[in-house]
Amino acid sequence: MLTAIGSKTVASVAALGQWGVFSWQMLRWLLPGLVQWRTWVRAMPLFFEVGNRTLPVIMITGTFVGLVLAVQSYDQLRAAGFEDRMGVLVTLSLVQELGPVLAGVMVAGRVGGALTAELGTMRVTEQIGALRAMGADPIRQLVVPRFLACLLLTPLLTFFCDMCGSLAGWFVAVMLKGIPSTQYWYYIAYAIETWDVMVGFVKSVMFGGALALIACYKGFHCRAGAEGVGRACTESFVFSFIVILITDFFVGTFFSGLFRSIYGFKSLV
Amino acid sequence: MDRPTAAIGDAPANHESIVRLVGVHKRFGNLLVLEGISLDLRAGETTVIIGESGVGKSVILKHIVRLLRPDRGEVHYRDQRIDNLPERDLAAIRPRFGFLFQLGALFDSMSVAQNVAFPIREHTRRKRHEIDKIVKEKLSMVGLDGIQAQWPAELSGGQRKRVALARAIALDPEIILYDEPTTGLDPPRADVINELIIKLQRELGVTSVVVTHDMTSAGKVSDRILMLYQGQFIFDGTPDEIIHCQDPRVRCFVEGRCHEEDLKSLQVKG
Ligand SMILES: Nc1ncnc2c1ncn2[C@@H]1O[C@H](COP(=O)(O)OP(=O)(O)OP(=O)(O)O)[C@@H](O)[C@H]1O
Ligand SMILES: [Mg+2]
Repeated sequence: MLTAIGSKTVASVAALGQWGVFSWQMLRWLLPGLVQWRTWVRAMPLFFEVGNRTLPVIMITGTFVGLVLAVQSYDQLRAAGFEDRMGVLVTLSLVQELGPVLAGVMVAGRVGGALTAELGTMRVTEQIGALRAMGADPIRQLVVPRFLACLLLTPLLTFFCDMCGSLAGWFVAVMLKGIPSTQYWYYIAYAIETWDVMVGFVKSVMFGGALALIACYKGFHCRAGAEGVGRACTESFVFSFIVILITDFFVGTFFSGLFRSIYGFKSLV
Repeated sequence: MDRPTAAIGDAPANHESIVRLVGVHKRFGNLLVLEGISLDLRAGETTVIIGESGVGKSVILKHIVRLLRPDRGEVHYRDQRIDNLPERDLAAIRPRFGFLFQLGALFDSMSVAQNVAFPIREHTRRKRHEIDKIVKEKLSMVGLDGIQAQWPAELSGGQRKRVALARAIALDPEIILYDEPTTGLDPPRADVINELIIKLQRELGVTSVVVTHDMTSAGKVSDRILMLYQGQFIFDGTPDEIIHCQDPRVRCFVEGRCHEEDLKSLQVKG
């Protein structure tokens, strides 16, 4: 029993170390690659792929989360006499928390799994070996463009998620509950600062980068056979999901601490 | 360094050796695949490696381009030791090798033309029309000119293998490693590939290693045949010598006869 736990722990630590090395190698190719035309040529189709796969689901998710938040909070806000500030609640939750997390999870599900499957299949059919044998670095060829696509598109998708959620909140507030449109937007503009947008942006960039590295690592290290690839895909999604939530907590705590020490407490009511 | 089979696999001193494996051991988990093999590839020679399925022939080829790293032992390319080089430094050496993978390993996400052009794009700065010309030339060498626009998924196994061969020779490498080049081809096609191997050797002075189960092909292309058995080379000689070799393990393989024990195990079940 104890030895089983021990060997599991050792294996996890070893895997974490390997992942760190993998990420480091990726960075070493990424930084000089940023100024090379080829890097962007390779990344272009992936931008399209990631955007195309996730934009519709993310807009739907954002819309419905916005609707739910608005509908659920309306009664309580009204009881306190703050119903005209509903937009603040909906939009702030989205911009700081839900937008990045939802976009990250959706990208992990729709793109991360597919990346793991693709790279895993390439590994199993020795295409990655073939790249190496031809003197082409698989991390540079395969991981860097995928990392860039996830890193740059997750913030953009987060933005769409936030927009849709906010509009959905507006729909509930203005169309269904009769709150004046100007008030809805006025309080949003008053409450939400560059800082909040920045926190959301930093989070989404981190989620995008982390999930890309997890998905690619899992693909590169998957076991042989169709079953190995399938397993790697599931693990890739579950890990990304957990990492996104954990990162969200720590980054959120860090930034709210930072905010308080710089600006002090800001009341929104 | 312990070298139990020192005499077998080593080259005589009078030839320039391009690749040298010295006492290479390789283990996967509990499975000991290579038990201290030594091998010298001499410039301009075609070496054939034969041996039972699963004995580790592909593993040997992968050690030569350092796709696998030996647990123990050394790999040399010319006068450079490469088994301990980092990946980045290997990128300069690897284009000099052409590697035909056993299952082709074509890139699914690229067309046939893009597959063959890939190494050229990676390592040279040629113009598009020049690349197209080389692709056409290499594909016609394997009898497949005209399928440039097709995708690997649309090809038959034998076609895929030949496209992979075209890709392996795209950069005119000095050393070509063929992993079962004729498996899955019809006899006339297989013979075309044999002729291609011979032609590349004669005209361009290519050094080759051919892994094969096809004794006709082995006899035809080889200057030298090695047989791998339980992690070690048990035979090293010319095609003529292998025909007259008295070792029963070699005889069984060459004549395509099965072992007595294998036959018995069939009879017990029947
Ligand atoms: N990457 C690997 N991980 C684990 N085991 C491996 C790996 N590569 C090869 N092996 C094992 O090493 C042994 C030799 O494999 P290899 O592919 O070299 O056989 P082979 O001689 O080429 O056989 P065949 O003629 O069937 O292709 C096999 O038992 C295989 O299971
Ligand atoms: Mg093999």
